[in-house]
Amino acid sequence: MRAAGLHLGLVGLLLAAHFVLPAYHHGVLARVMVLAAYATGYNLLFGYTGLLSLGHAMFFAAGMYGAGLGVRFLALDPGLALLAGVAAGALLGLAVGLLALRTAGVAFMIVTLMFAQATHLGILLAGRWTRGDEGFVLQGPERVVLGLDLGDAAIRYLAAWALFSAVLLLVLRLVSLPAGRVLVAIRENEERARLLGYDTRAHKLRAVVLSAAIAAAAGAAYALLFGYVGATFASVQYSILPLLWVLLGGAGTVIGPFLGTLLMFYLIDTASGLTPAYMLVAGLALVLLTLFAPQGLAGEVRRRLAPWLP
Amino acid sequence: MDFGPHLMLALIEGAVLSAVLALTAAGLSLVFGVMRVVNVAHGEFYMLGAVAAWFVAAAVGGAGPAAFLAALALAPLAVCALAAAADLAVLRRIAHDPERTIVATIGLLYILQQATLMGFGPDARPVAPPFNARIAIPWPVWEEGGLALTWPWGLSVTTYKLFVIAAAAAVLAGLWLMLTRTRAGLVMRATQWDRETATAFGIPVERVYALTFGLGAGLAALAGVLVVPIQQAHYLMGGDALLLSFIVVIIGGLGSLPGTLVAALLIGMSEGIVSVFFSPTLAKILATLLVALVLVFRPQGLFGAAGR
Repeated sequence: MRAAGLHLGLVGLLLAAHFVLPAYHHGVLARVMVLAAYATGYNLLFGYTGLLSLGHAMFFAAGMYGAGLGVRFLALDPGLALLAGVAAGALLGLAVGLLALRTAGVAFMIVTLMFAQATHLGILLAGRWTRGDEGFVLQGPERVVLGLDLGDAAIRYLAAWALFSAVLLLVLRLVSLPAGRVLVAIRENEERARLLGYDTRAHKLRAVVLSAAIAAAAGAAYALLFGYVGATFASVQYSILPLLWVLLGGAGTVIGPFLGTLLMFYLIDTASGLTPAYMLVAGLALVLLTLFAPQGLAGEVRRRLAPWLP
Repeated sequence: MDFGPHLMLALIEGAVLSAVLALTAAGLSLVFGVMRVVNVAHGEFYMLGAVAAWFVAAAVGGAGPAAFLAALALAPLAVCALAAAADLAVLRRIAHDPERTIVATIGLLYILQQATLMGFGPDARPVAPPFNARIAIPWPVWEEGGLALTWPWGLSVTTYKLFVIAAAAAVLAGLWLMLTRTRAGLVMRATQWDRETATAFGIPVERVYALTFGLGAGLAALAGVLVVPIQQAHYLMGGDALLLSFIVVIIGGLGSLPGTLVAALLIGMSEGIVSVFFSPTLAKILATLLVALVLVFRPQGLFGAAGR
């Protein structure tokens, strides 16, 4: 009950923020919500299932290019393009999951890193359609769905809010279901979960596909809402960032990824105003979190104050 | 140029790349072998070697070989000390846990790279090679009178490139002797074989780890110094070095030094040949996919034996 109240409260607060925030922060929060949906999907695999992927940018990019190329070359309606992006991400997740789940631990991290690297290079290689690093811009009628222009600031915010709320509540519901509990059991002790009769391989594969699909939904939404598709979003940095957001906010908590994304976005935003070496903040945060707060913000709150936090 | 001389040129470039790669990858392989951790910041130590070489060379000054030789001696030592300090300050505190070490070294990667951007700037800067004579290579051609030597235009190698290959071979031979013939090597191998038993025999495992981490970084830095006269120092040069060393170490079998050497030759040569004749992006895609599939289906590497 308390958990549902807290998360519905966050959803309501974000909706209320639409009416009161000044323009700059309104725009930032729209972006943060889309990226937080990405982080929430990442957390499902990393925080709840205990599988650390270093290649989630490939799923984000699959969604982004699935939607972006669909709009550009197949003249898809943005709604259909979103679905195409999610489908592309889920399919890639299935293929990568089938192969990568044969490994565990450090090997799993490197295999996902390598598949993501191959995806990034593949996007550069197909520069004829993807325009490589330069990317391409979606504009005008390409971003109109049901008469609503996704380029408009208010509609963009509300669309981002709808996506983030849907992902947040989906994950909140999932981790309270038996299927979600099995993922936590696998994280804590896979041998024991298997001994109890759970098909851990199938559960892990489902987690990879769902996590990839959510990441792809965020990528597709990013392309449609902000109107830009580029290979940077497939680079290693965009695999590391969700890891950083989740670690900061609290791995294995539903609300943590949003908190981490929000805080880190403003930190990097501030730092980039001071120095071109703004990723220094990310590096320091990763080292300090590993050393002193492996549970992250929400994890610490759960440990000290609120053991009921999902 | 005809196909033959072109291929010869590609082989020479491949041999230089193999030498640099073998040094870098040997460092990564050593750290993984002894400590069982993956150092994601390894490419940044390579970059730091190159950047430190520029600073040392600029401080010594002059056009002669003195500046480069000073860099060759000092830069790897400085990077080695920095890495050992990082191991003691960060990795020891998380008890070298494999997964948390990866996250921590990703953080280290950004710290080193971005600090270099602040201190060294975004420009690529060269260091003059100590010697750089051009040696033309003859090419045999069948003519009517029999075999004749021709001197195709552009088919040449510089003395500096030959020096890089020789230096890498010498350092790797030294590393091999150190590991197999000296007391320090024995202690490292004992730690690799069984950490707990080594501790029970009074081996200061934490100190061995710090030295190994420093030595691995020092090898990467040495490769960075050797490459500066050919490639220039740049704060982003660590990314490609890391990716290629990963490929080499995994294909050669994690932690196996001879496997690393064979794989470095294989990857360096094919990279040299492939990038002369085909798209380098496609070559990289195939290499990364190969690494992923090797890890999935043959985790001991293409040349390694099954683990114990």
